[in-house]
Amino acid sequence: MSLQLKQARRERVREGSPWTGLWAVVAKEMADHLTSVRMHILEVLIVLTAAGTVYAAMQSLRNSVGQDPFLLLKLFTTAREPLPAFVGFLGFLVPLIAIALAFDSVNGEFNRRTMSRILAQPIYRDALLLGKFLAGLFTLALVLTAIWLLIIGLGIVGLGVPPSGEEVARSLWFLLASVFYGGIWLALAMVFSVVFRQPATAALASIAVWLFFTVFWEILAGLIAPVLRPVRFGFPEEILAQTQLELTLTRLSPNTLYGEVMLALLHPTVRSVGLVLPIQLQGAVLGTPLPLRQSLLLIWPQFTGLVAATILLFALGYVLFQRQEIRA
Amino acid sequence: MSELVIETKGLSKRYGDVIAVDALDLAVRRGEVFGLLGPNGSGKTTTILMLLGLTEPTAGSVQVLGLDPARQPLSVKARVGYMPDEVGFYEELTARENLVYIAKLNGLPRDEAYRRIDEVLARMGLSEVGDRRVATFSRGMRRRLGVAEVLLKQPQLIIMDEPTQGLDPEGARELLHIIRELKGEDITILLSSHLLYQVQAVCDRVGLFHRGRMVLEGTVSDLAQQVLGSTYRIQLQADGPASTLMKALQHLPGVVNIERDGDNRYQVAAANDLRAEVANAIVTAGGRLLMLNVEAPSLDDIYARYFQEVEHVAAA
Ligand SMILES: Nc1ncnc2c1ncn2[C@@H]1O[C@H](COP(=O)(O)OP(=O)(O)O)[C@@H](O)[C@H]1O
Ligand SMILES: [Mg+2]
Repeated sequence: MSLQLKQARRERVREGSPWTGLWAVVAKEMADHLTSVRMHILEVLIVLTAAGTVYAAMQSLRNSVGQDPFLLLKLFTTAREPLPAFVGFLGFLVPLIAIALAFDSVNGEFNRRTMSRILAQPIYRDALLLGKFLAGLFTLALVLTAIWLLIIGLGIVGLGVPPSGEEVARSLWFLLASVFYGGIWLALAMVFSVVFRQPATAALASIAVWLFFTVFWEILAGLIAPVLRPVRFGFPEEILAQTQLELTLTRLSPNTLYGEVMLALLHPTVRSVGLVLPIQLQGAVLGTPLPLRQSLLLIWPQFTGLVAATILLFALGYVLFQRQEIRA
Repeated sequence: MSELVIETKGLSKRYGDVIAVDALDLAVRRGEVFGLLGPNGSGKTTTILMLLGLTEPTAGSVQVLGLDPARQPLSVKARVGYMPDEVGFYEELTARENLVYIAKLNGLPRDEAYRRIDEVLARMGLSEVGDRRVATFSRGMRRRLGVAEVLLKQPQLIIMDEPTQGLDPEGARELLHIIRELKGEDITILLSSHLLYQVQAVCDRVGLFHRGRMVLEGTVSDLAQQVLGSTYRIQLQADGPASTLMKALQHLPGVVNIERDGDNRYQVAAANDLRAEVANAIVTAGGRLLMLNVEAPSLDDIYARYFQEVEHVAAA
């Protein structure tokens, strides 16, 4: 009987659109982000990093003006001791910004006792959560786009070469990939902000997951693969199977996915990410750049993986938030 | 015209083994001020959350303004103003900015929103501080901002959870004054409180909650009649030999009980208003009457007496 009742409840159609009020939430949250001290600090940090690394890269690239057709892309990827390349910094700046944008998004409303007041307005919880997520994503996109413009601008002024269409397209795809890479950490921090009432706990949990994937996951993958696919007799098939499993495992980490996308997009000569078998290289002229289409095809699974992980994590946060008791 | 604004039938909410609200039948008529009264943990907030569709009932039905809050939450929430027990705002925004956000969530057009915001801020005496950040607001100002927010959507029903909690007497009085004003505007008000005496004066009817059940319901004087019987408490202060005075009072017809509260203070319980007779008796017995007062029945008394009796029955 009560089961039937529950079913009937679940089946009933909700009134109106679940997205009523969505843009009001997005506008308010974005305004908050863009005026918060927290974001200003991160913006300064990322601008300094970009300016520093790109300046250093330009020093090394001066000599190759006119020889390298992808000089502007090299601005992102060239490292000069002791500084790593800009993309090396992005690998942790993007998660840092994303986590900073979201770790107190839901629990903050509870702690300020604004949650019940907001949800007593004619909107659904769906709009509140998605609005907060989109605001974070847009803010991230805004910051990254500004940095992208800064780097391209520095390149044009400093190196004196106009960007080619191919370079712009590749770096824009890279920008998009970076936003979704951030989306994963944004959604993750949001899940933790639903689960934990203390923002500090949510921030620490998010950073712990990030550290896990950055530092430990590759080591773990290296330990797990030999256990699951042991090399008993030294056959090439065994070794191949083990290596492939290890590769698959490391690809469960968003860092690996992002790294591979970055590699293929910013280095047009890269023709394979991961394992390369001699047979795949037959007929290929090493060192010739791939067209953008080919590079994209190469990392399309990784790219969709980043997007899918973002969506899955958001969905998890959504389910948890829907079930949450509103009383603060 | 006794249109029902709130009607619940067998409304219940369980949290695991805890029954927070137990088969509540509540009916609030249009234009009424109804008080949900009871100690902490008696189920008032849970009831309110179910009325707003913010918590799903375990069983029973709810109708608010003729709508089902679980099925038509947007329509209900567009017409009902809710002030939670610990009303919080975005501290880093100004009062006005906080209200703008609420106006947008309610889909008010810009001009209309600004007009209404000016109006409600003025009405709550917050015009001058409208552009100050809420972080600088006192508790009383926050509560008034909460009322301003509620009025912003021009609701037909206002629900306030513990509106006077944490306010100093002055702030509480101000808030009760506001409630009384709203009552004159055909707005139905449901409020909850665990401080019975504070809200007694503004409520047309009250429901007394105990462990998730509404154990008593009616006007304050109805309840007094029901629970206390026709008891009048007369307080007096008179100089003179205590034994003589007590004896004189005891002989008055209708006196049920006399207690000496202090040096020259007495409390007389009587079946009717015996003020004139008491004054006369004191003077005739040679006392000097300093003060004489009859106390209206208070909800606290009613509540205390009711549970004394309930426990008495349970113990017997
Ligand atoms: N989320 C919850 N989980 C378990 N029990 C709860 C929850 N919320 C409230 N309760 C219980 O429900 C009862 C009624 O609480 P509440 O409605 O807040 O009372 P009041 O508002 O009258 O103080 C209390 O016993 C409280 O402990
Ligand atoms: Mg309460």
